[in-house]
Amino acid sequence: MEVNFKIYRFDPETDSKPYYRDYTITANPTDRILDCLNRIKWEQDGTLSYRMSCGHGVCGSDAMKINGRCALACQKLVKDYEGKEIILEPLPSYKVLKDLIVDLDPFFEKVKFVQPYLLSTTALPEKERLQSPENSKKLDIAIRCILCACCMGACPVLNENERFLGPAPLVWAFRYIFDSRDTQYLERLKQVDYSHGAWACVNYYECTRACPKEIPITKYINTIKREIQKSKDTNR
Amino acid sequence: MEFKHDVIIVGAGLAGLRAAVEVAGNTDVALISKVYPTRSHSGAAQGGIAGALGNEEPDLWEWHMYDTVKGSDFLADQDAAEILAKDAPRAIYELEHMGVPFNRTADGRIAQRAFGGHTSNFGKAPVKRACHAADRTGRVIMDTLYFESLRKGIKVYEEFYLLDLLMHEKRVVGLVAYELATGAIHTFHSRAVLLATGGFGKVYKTTSNCFANTGDGVSAAYRAGVSLQDMEFVQFHPTGIYGLGVLISEAARGEGGILRNRYGERFMEKYAPGLKDLAPRDVISRAMAREIREERGIHGRDFMHLDLTHLGKDRLAEKLSDISSFVRIYLGIDPADDLIPVQHTCHYMMGGIPANLDGQVLGENQQVIQGLYAVGECACISVHGANRLGCNSLLDLVVFGHRAGKRIVRELGDLAWNPMPKEPDKSFLVKIEHLKERQKGESAWVLRNEMQGIMTAHCSVFRKKEDLEKALAGIQSLMERYEKVVIDNRGMRFNTDLTEAIELGSLLNLSHVILVSAMAREESRGAHFREDYPERDDQNWLKHTLIQKTGEVCRLSYKPVTITRFEPKPRVY
Ligand SMILES: Cc1cc2nc3c(=O)[nH]c(=O)nc-3n(C[C@H](O)[C@H](O)[C@H](O)COP(=O)(O)OP(=O)(O)OC[C@H]3O[C@@H](n4cnc5c(N)ncnc54)[C@H](O)[C@@H]3O)c2cc1C
Ligand code: FES
Repeated sequence: MEVNFKIYRFDPETDSKPYYRDYTITANPTDRILDCLNRIKWEQDGTLSYRMSCGHGVCGSDAMKINGRCALACQKLVKDYEGKEIILEPLPSYKVLKDLIVDLDPFFEKVKFVQPYLLSTTALPEKERLQSPENSKKLDIAIRCILCACCMGACPVLNENERFLGPAPLVWAFRYIFDSRDTQYLERLKQVDYSHGAWACVNYYECTRACPKEIPITKYINTIKREIQKSKDTNR
Repeated sequence: MEFKHDVIIVGAGLAGLRAAVEVAGNTDVALISKVYPTRSHSGAAQGGIAGALGNEEPDLWEWHMYDTVKGSDFLADQDAAEILAKDAPRAIYELEHMGVPFNRTADGRIAQRAFGGHTSNFGKAPVKRACHAADRTGRVIMDTLYFESLRKGIKVYEEFYLLDLLMHEKRVVGLVAYELATGAIHTFHSRAVLLATGGFGKVYKTTSNCFANTGDGVSAAYRAGVSLQDMEFVQFHPTGIYGLGVLISEAARGEGGILRNRYGERFMEKYAPGLKDLAPRDVISRAMAREIREERGIHGRDFMHLDLTHLGKDRLAEKLSDISSFVRIYLGIDPADDLIPVQHTCHYMMGGIPANLDGQVLGENQQVIQGLYAVGECACISVHGANRLGCNSLLDLVVFGHRAGKRIVRELGDLAWNPMPKEPDKSFLVKIEHLKERQKGESAWVLRNEMQGIMTAHCSVFRKKEDLEKALAGIQSLMERYEKVVIDNRGMRFNTDLTEAIELGSLLNLSHVILVSAMAREESRGAHFREDYPERDDQNWLKHTLIQKTGEVCRLSYKPVTITRFEPKPRVY
């Protein structure tokens, strides 16, 4: 079938402003949007730039806006947009470097802010540290995060206030706050207990809807908020 | 620009990162990666990492070593396989200590599950040896190592593409890299270079590998005169999603999944009565190809069914959730209710850059090339021989990444700064200029499609002389046509049209090397099955292939296999 695409184009070096270009290709309903992008680039217009790697939703390279919603191009199929023109735009909230490629440095800086590694002051055993299956299950879903930043692009708060830490870094905070092996529980709670931290989230649920790994992000942020409150109550 | 670092690591998969964690801290080390580090393909590893922890049932490293050697069809170097199996528990505990969120047993230890070819008591019965975090094991290990290396202060050059290795009198001097964001070409001067650039499954049409797996590092080493080892051994994984190649991990069978033909028969009972669906990959891929040839494929076509319906929704959600979601998204079916159409998919390269037990690259006469190291899928140490067992790759990456890192730290004091060649970037500057200027010729994707078609048709699970000859002629003519490849994009920023054309150069080189090595080996061993020589021939072929570029031609030579504990014997499962 014929599918029409409208794709955001911008090369800051040569274009004074962004524009859209139309493309038409023949595609199967089960083709990935990423397959279509490849076909456009290979067969029609080699100047088009986007990131890709794994092609099946595990590396997080190809987050973009597809018909207004943030998603991975390799996880959406042509049939998901049956009969419609498909509009591809770069992830919002980030500086466009070229076409569908944005500068994600500020995103990774925010992830690093929550210290996304295990902090522990206890002596290491010879073998593995023990952890109950219940505790390990608490992290089961949070560790699905692939750092694609779909949630960041989708978050209305972040769109307005770039100082907001944002959903993905809070998922990483959650992952370590609730890891029984980490001993910095209170410090970690303090780290996100500020107005642009966990508290800036006002429950739009857009991040949860956008997450290609179906992480209940908003729920986790609310859990963090409750945990902060609880820690304050017990310390009073 | 010219950058200068004591150590440069190329590749941010598990191999590069594990070495980075070891080297970072007190040395000036830089990591360069053509994809953003967290996008590296190690993140796609689903099933697990093997180690005889014995958390679920009795297990010994000796059994693990035996399985590895038998899995390799006795081509693995046994000193390397011994280190791999013996060091596995330590390496895995260490990952746990760094924070990797492994699944747990009821008593809180690391959970383990069964995987193809891993057995107890020297082949008696399947054993639970694969440590895992659901079906996203590679991803969580990679994130843990990446953030750990950042914490240790490593300098990262994201989206820098290795073009060329720089050598001076057979020592490493540094490298040339292309910065994707700006289109600038940079030189890196260094005392040690570690290659960890991963595999090159993109040689084939259907593969579980990512778009970035184009073998640039292996090809750069080959162009610099380093010989490549055992390149004919290409692993095809039996269960790629039909048509797409996206992997359904062996973990699915480790959890109890069954392969079926068009009559619903569990055909692996016939081919491997002992291990059945948990036999090694080469055995299963060949069995599937046989079934398909004998018209027992589903609807008589070229795929089989993977049956997970009896596992139940809960088990699927808990242990195989990513896989279930791939099936739902790409096939629109639910593995709890429907059979999954699967087909073999190019998965792993056993061959690569020859290296010793500390990842030091071996050159002429097996002498170490000063300052050059290789680990991971791009290297051939050789622990996997003619066929790798599942979960042994992640283990290989962390065990030998760690060893190479330690070696570099130990050795750095003795490694000198060698002088940079004059105009080190000249050849690629010219090449890129020509590419951008050329108006008439064929596009890279046209040539790439043809290459993948040729390799898939003639050099997959079954091989024979006529086919390989046909393929070689085809690849040679593509290499000529490649001299006139054209691109559409003449810009500087994120010109992936250009990098894909350069990648194709690597892929063509490596296709050629695979074919020449495969033609020469007139026997069947592990993943290399010759229909015209269907038996293993230890008399003549119990040896490693080496292939080296000498001018415009290539030269084959061989080196012995190291055998310590286990004498070769027939391989039955
Ligand atoms: C889908 C899938 C599932 C798997 N599951 C398992 C499993 O469960 N257990 C197991 O043991 N093994 C598994 N494997 C195999 C294993 O994942 C790989 O062999 C392994 O991850 C390779 O790691 P690596 O560090 O060598 O390279 P990779 O992780 O592939 O990384 C290569 C790195 O090199 C960089 N690079 C490449 N070329 C250049 C260049 N020109 N310039 C700069 N940088 C460059 C890339 O950017 C990347 O950072 C699986 C493989 C696949 C494909
Ligand atoms: S390409 Fe890896 S997530 Fe889409």
